[in-house]
Order: sequence, then C-alpha cells, then structure tokens
Amino acid sequence: MKQRPLGDVILDVQNISLSFGGVKALTDISFNVREHEIRAIIGPNGAGKSSMLNCINGVYTPQHGTITFRGQTFHHMNSRQVAEMGVARTFQNLALFKGMSVLDNIMSGRNLKIRSNLLMQALRIGPAEQEEIRHREQVERIIDFLEIQAHRKTPVGQLPYGLQKRVDLGRALAMEPQVLLLDEPMAGMNVEEKQDMCRFVLDINDEFGTTVVLIEHDMGVVMDISDRVVVLDYGKKIGDGTPDEVRNNPEVISAYLGTSH
Amino acid sequence: MQTTFPRLLLKHAAERPQAPALREKEYGIWQTWSWERAAEDVRLMSCGLAALGFEPGHNLAIIGDNRPHLYLAFLVAQSLRGVPVPMYQDAVASEMAFVLEDAEVQFVFAENQEQVDKLLELRETVPSLRHIIYDDPRGLRNYKHEGLISIEQLFELGREYERAHPAFYKDSVEQGQPSDVSVILYTSGTTGRPKGVCQTHASFINSARGGVEVDGLNPDDNIISYLPPAWVGDHLFSIAQWLVAGFTINCPESAATVSIDLREIGPSYYFAPPRVFESMLTSVSIRMEDAAAPKRWLYQKFMAVARRCGAEILDGHQVPLTDRLLYALGNVLVYGPLRNVLGLSRIRVAYTAGAAIGPDLFRFYRSIGINLKQLYGQTETCAYVCIQKNGRVKLNSVGEAAPGIEIKIADNGEVLVRGVSVLKEYYKRPDATAEVMDAEGYFHTGDAGLIDHDGHLHIIDRAKDVGKLASGAMFAPNYIENKLKFFPQIKEAVCFGDGRDQVCAFINIDFDAVGNWAERQALPYGGYVDLAAKQQVLDMVTECVQKVNADLAAEEGMSDTQIARFLVLHKELDPDDDELTRTRKVRRGFIADKYAVLIEALYSGRSEQFIETQVKFEDGRTGVVSATLQIRDAKRYPSVAKAA
Repeated sequence: MKQRPLGDVILDVQNISLSFGGVKALTDISFNVREHEIRAIIGPNGAGKSSMLNCINGVYTPQHGTITFRGQTFHHMNSRQVAEMGVARTFQNLALFKGMSVLDNIMSGRNLKIRSNLLMQALRIGPAEQEEIRHREQVERIIDFLEIQAHRKTPVGQLPYGLQKRVDLGRALAMEPQVLLLDEPMAGMNVEEKQDMCRFVLDINDEFGTTVVLIEHDMGVVMDISDRVVVLDYGKKIGDGTPDEVRNNPEVISAYLGTSH
Repeated sequence: MQTTFPRLLLKHAAERPQAPALREKEYGIWQTWSWERAAEDVRLMSCGLAALGFEPGHNLAIIGDNRPHLYLAFLVAQSLRGVPVPMYQDAVASEMAFVLEDAEVQFVFAENQEQVDKLLELRETVPSLRHIIYDDPRGLRNYKHEGLISIEQLFELGREYERAHPAFYKDSVEQGQPSDVSVILYTSGTTGRPKGVCQTHASFINSARGGVEVDGLNPDDNIISYLPPAWVGDHLFSIAQWLVAGFTINCPESAATVSIDLREIGPSYYFAPPRVFESMLTSVSIRMEDAAAPKRWLYQKFMAVARRCGAEILDGHQVPLTDRLLYALGNVLVYGPLRNVLGLSRIRVAYTAGAAIGPDLFRFYRSIGINLKQLYGQTETCAYVCIQKNGRVKLNSVGEAAPGIEIKIADNGEVLVRGVSVLKEYYKRPDATAEVMDAEGYFHTGDAGLIDHDGHLHIIDRAKDVGKLASGAMFAPNYIENKLKFFPQIKEAVCFGDGRDQVCAFINIDFDAVGNWAERQALPYGGYVDLAAKQQVLDMVTECVQKVNADLAAEEGMSDTQIARFLVLHKELDPDDDELTRTRKVRRGFIADKYAVLIEALYSGRSEQFIETQVKFEDGRTGVVSATLQIRDAKRYPSVAKAA
C-alpha cells in the first residue's frame, strides 16, 4: 500500500563505536536507511538506542566509524549542520518551551528557514512581515495536520503529555525535514494516543515522503508500522531485517524474553 | 411566491454576488465563500455528479461535520432533482448501513478518511453504493478503490460536462418544483428503526420564512453552524433559513474549537439544544468556583440582581428604578463580560429546541440579557410548530403556534399539528405515515401537552412516557429528569415509576463538574467509575435529589412522584451503546431492559447491587465495566399544594 517506493540509501552508518570512559555504549554498529522508509531501532532498556540516535544527530561524537548522509561522509557531525542538511528530531523527554504557546513552539522549528534578522523582525521592516506570514502558513498546515487547532494559543505546559508529544513532533515537522528521527514517540502514552501517533507517523511518511527513523520499545507498534527494524542489545546489533524476519530471529527473542543457559 | 432552494441560491448569487455566504475557519483564518462562488461550486459539483450518472429521483447521502462543501452538497442533489439524505457523522457502521439500504443510496458525499473507511467497509454489504466523493483528501491519496473520487476530480468532471452541456444546470434547476421532496431526514427514533421523513422545498421554505419574519432575520446576520447537519434543527437554520434570509453561516475549525470560534465570530443569531446551554452554564459555574473570593462575591451579588429583575427588563416589564440601576451596573461589571466570554455578546436572538429546557436554566440566560427563546417542533414538522415571540416569552411554555400552523389538543392530551411544515410522508412507509396523519390532515406529535388561556402550548412529556403510579397519580418521567438535570453535577437521569408504587431514578454524574468539585475537596479518584461511587459524591447527589423532591412537593399533582430511591450509574449513558439516541434522548425501554437487575434492586429495597456492563467503542470493539452500586434513599416532603 505504500505510495512511494523505497528509494536509494539516504543514510548509511558504518562501524560506529561509542564509549563513555570504560562503558561501551555502542560497538561496531552498521546499518542503513533508505529513502521514504520507516526504519525502527529497537532494543531493551540500555541497549544503546538513544545513543545511536544522538550519534546520527551530532549530539555525541563516536570514537570510530562513519556516517554517510546523501553521499557525504562524516566522522563526526554537529547538530546545526545536521539540521541544515534536513534531519529533524523529537525528544524522549520532550524539550519544548513550556511557557510558550503551541503556535510559537512550532514556529521555533522554522528558525533555520527565517532569513530576516532580529532587528528587522522586531521592527517589522523589510521582508520580515511577509516572511512571517509565509512561515505562519506552513505552521498552520502542521497544526491542521496534527489536529491541534483547539490548542493553538494554549501554553504548552498546560497540555496533557500526549498532546505535548504531538507539539514536539510538529516542531520537528516545521523544519520540513527529509529525515525525521523520533526518540520513543509513544513512550508513556495510552492505547488511543499511541494509535493516533502511529497514524501521524504513517501519514507523514506517506504524504510528505519523509524518511522516518524511530526508536521504540513497544514491539507491537514497531512491527505494525516499520519497513525494516534494527535490533540492539548491550550496544551490539543482534538483528536487522523486516519485522517478520526480526520477530523470528532467535537472538532477538532471547534478548526480549530471556533464555535459560 | 413558491420557489426551491437552488433557485434561492441563484437569486442571492445574482443580487449580491460578493456578499459572504459561508465561512470556514481553516489554517487559522476564516475563509469566505461569496454567494457567487457558492453558486459556482454547486453548479460544477452538480454537473460532475450528473456526469457520474446521478439522475432525478436518486438519493445523495451526505455524511460528515459542518463543512461548506457538505452544505453545498444538499443544493447539488436538489439542483439535480434528487434528494439529499444527511447522516449523523458519529454513526457506527451498522446504523449507516440501515439508512444506505433503506434509501437505496448509490452516491455518497463524505467528509474525510474516517467516513470513507466506514463506507468502504459497508460497500461489502450494501452493493448499491457505487460512488463515494470525499471533501478532505488527507490520508486518502493511496486509496485506489473503484468509484472513489475527490471533490477536485468532481469539479474537473463538472467542468468537462458543462462544456458539453452548457444549458444543463440551468434547465435542471428550472425543472425543480416546490412540491418536490427537498430532503429526507432520518429520525433518531427512541424506539425501533429510524424512519426517513420526506419534506418538500415548500414546507421547509415556508417554515423558514415564518421564523425569519418573526425575528426579522436579515442578510447581515451571522450564525455558527456546528450541530449535526442530519438534525432537523441544523437543517432549518443552516440550510432553509440561510437561503431564505441570505445571512452568513460560519463553520467551526473542528468540533473541539467551537467555543473559541464562537467568540471570534460573535454570531447575532444562535441555536443550540438545551444540553449546550447546560454545559455552558456548567463551565461558567466551575470557573466561578475557581475564581478569587472578590470575583466570586461580585458574581453572586449581581447574579442575584439578575435573577430578581433581568428577565423582566428584557421583556420590557415595569421594574423599580433601584433594580434598574443595579442591573445597569451589573451589566457593565458582570453580565457584559460574561456574555463576551461565552461568545454571545452580539446575540440578537437565540433559540433552544430539541428537548425541554429547565426553567431555571432558561431564566439564567434571559436574566443576563440574552434573548433566548424556545422553539417547538419535530423532524416531521421541520422543527416548526410553536415559536416564542419577543416580549411574549413564558418560562415554562414553548410559545404560540407559529405563522401558518394550527395546533390542537386531542382528547387523550396529545398535541396535533396542521399546516405548512407537516411532512409529506415517511420514505417507503405508507403504514407509518397513516399512523401519524389523520383524515383532517393533522400530524400526531406523540407529545402530551396543554394550551393555556393565552394560546401558549405547554409540553408535559412524551405521550407514551406519561404513566401512572400504582396510586393513580400521573407520572411524567421527563419532567422530573429535567429538574434533576438542571444541577450542573447531574448529566443525565432516568426515572422509573409507571405502574409502581413509588418513583426511582438512575443518575449519571457530569464528569467535568463533579471531577472539578472533587479536586477542590481534595478527594482523590481514579476515573469515572471510581468517582461515581464515592460516598461524598453520593451525598452531594442525595442533596440534589432532595431539592427536586422539595420542588415537586410544592407543585400540584406532582407531590406523589417524588423520588424515593436512586443510584448513581457507573458508566455514562452513551449513544454508542444504544442507551441514548444520536440527539441524546434517553431510550427508556432499552435502558430498563439492559439494567433490569438495577431496577429490581431499587424496588426490592436492597442497599447495593453488583453489575457488569458491556461497552462499545466507536471503532466497534467492546469492553466490560463492572461495579457494585450503592442505592440511596431520598427524603420525601409532605405535599405543600395539598396543605394550602
């Protein structure tokens, strides 16, 4: 049922190792992500999922390995560079401006795209006003897409958790990313909120063709919506393939369910 | 002069092409359709539908929220001399199947993916359903089902068809007759299967005209259209009166933003069923209880003034000068800001209909200067039988017969109606039509009522609901339930007593109001079931019930129907579980069967009862809730009327 066929490899991660002092967070991880794909990274607590995402995102610099994005190879990335290349992310523990409205929070995602400077914006001179209208239109499309019209002017801190997650997603979408990194988008949600979030992720992938890399520990959710899944355990890759392949992988089963030795 | 709705649309487009016909809030901005654009959209959609094979006599089902294109779709079907059949947007698939089959629907106009999904599922069992047209393409890009097209494709088909048949649309509209059926509205039906009520252009146009004349509605008026388009009330206001008066209808952004949109538009003409006014008052009460002490004091002080003289001032009665001054001060300090917060500051006239409204609730709105009036009617009468006229509003009557309508009371107390608004027939149900229409052309409403010496109609209850206690006293369940429901803490109530020796009641608490109250009492609770079972909540409800009893004791003939015992239900009564109709009227018989053990417990004197109930979610899944419900006795009062 996928409208856009999977494209070429857009993001290629090769032999990434990351350690904090003596703690090995990631050991020799390699995988790739193809364009228009929904790619999941799963694993039990402490498996290194978020560390992996932080490496791609430029928050951490791995000791070994390379990351290739659209044919350009990097040994380490910095966050701004990554954002400018079209990679947006959401956060596991939310990093929104609690006192600002939903509208302003999502608008902040347009930051990199705003060309007029602070003074022009403050005094509303030159192209600043026209530009703001253009960005506002884009933000309104996202608000409509995520069905949060009723909360447009509400300070984010007053919203329930599930809606805050949606705003976080909205801000990432405001960057019009090519690749969207989602760090546990369904964590702490009830069944209905999870279903909504799944629908949004699928719609984003479908309607905008956005490539999605998501971390999740709810296996059910992952298997339903992902094209391919990487499984990590104790910083090592123990599985990689379609949901069915991964589900039947004995190593994955033992990592999740435990085995008697 | 007799006309049809499509002709009215063309008349507005010719006379006032640039005036706003519809508005919809989208992407944060109110987008406007001028009459010219509305007429053009209807023309193209009609041509497109004709290209797909829609012929005179076909029915076009319409399902979705209040969207401009959905309202225009009514006119599309009418332009092609077909009939629009609106359906409730929150209907589950099985309810939709009945209407689609009964009306032999081949064409459906649907709002969005949610509705399209339901329809595609139904197509398996309703093979007649061939064409589905959708308004909002969100999520539907990959659907490659046969016969499924977007509104953009429909416009494109329409343009092509019009090039080939340039005179088609005009001819088709001219051939439409006022005596043609203009809409089939399915009644929700508190008993049995829904019936399709066929109304003609003439009856809806005449009903609308009557209302427009009584209140002097004009093209400068604005209304907000947020009620289900399948409901007769919305059809009267958002289609019939819209086209007759030529005012502007405004569609909210989403169901969740109605109160925000209401404030932005500031409608001058407003329509809501009592439950909307109830929930508005509930939210005001909740917020006032949370307000700082000085504000609360001010509110209480001036609301007392409003209660004393507000409604009288609105009606132009004589009021002492001191009260008049106090009221003017209150208007500046309290009533004006309150109206503004509610989005009602520009209201010239507001109506409530669909169910009886508690006199206290009614008086509250009138006392803060909102010209709220009542309208009485049913689907079979275009919601147009009685109307309250300015300056002649009585709190407990529904008004006088509307222009063009005659009413009389049958020997058994039933209200009979004859005149412009009465239905043509039930769709394909001559037997049902014969049951409600008599030889003299009177429609039998099924409501029990009486006409007072001023010619005002008073509705007591549904005729079939009015029963007798074992003692022989009249028992009018709705009457008692409405009294209970006026308390913001009580959302729904069902009373039993026909053929019994005393009256017992089920009560549903209002989760918002009681939840907020519990928070202020520092009373922890884990969800609806838990909250409904708290001792403190039961104490509070007991007080409400006893106040109602005191009230009943003071009324003639009602004293015997005081509530003896009651319980608070563990789940909200819900249309998805068939306990309420889609317009939220209680299905008495169904509830009595479903909760038979509880009724048995109420009458057998037990103090608690265990119950397990199936609940249905909107997607069709089911779950189970169970609880042990406590049964309380309420204090009853000696009859005051008898003593006097």
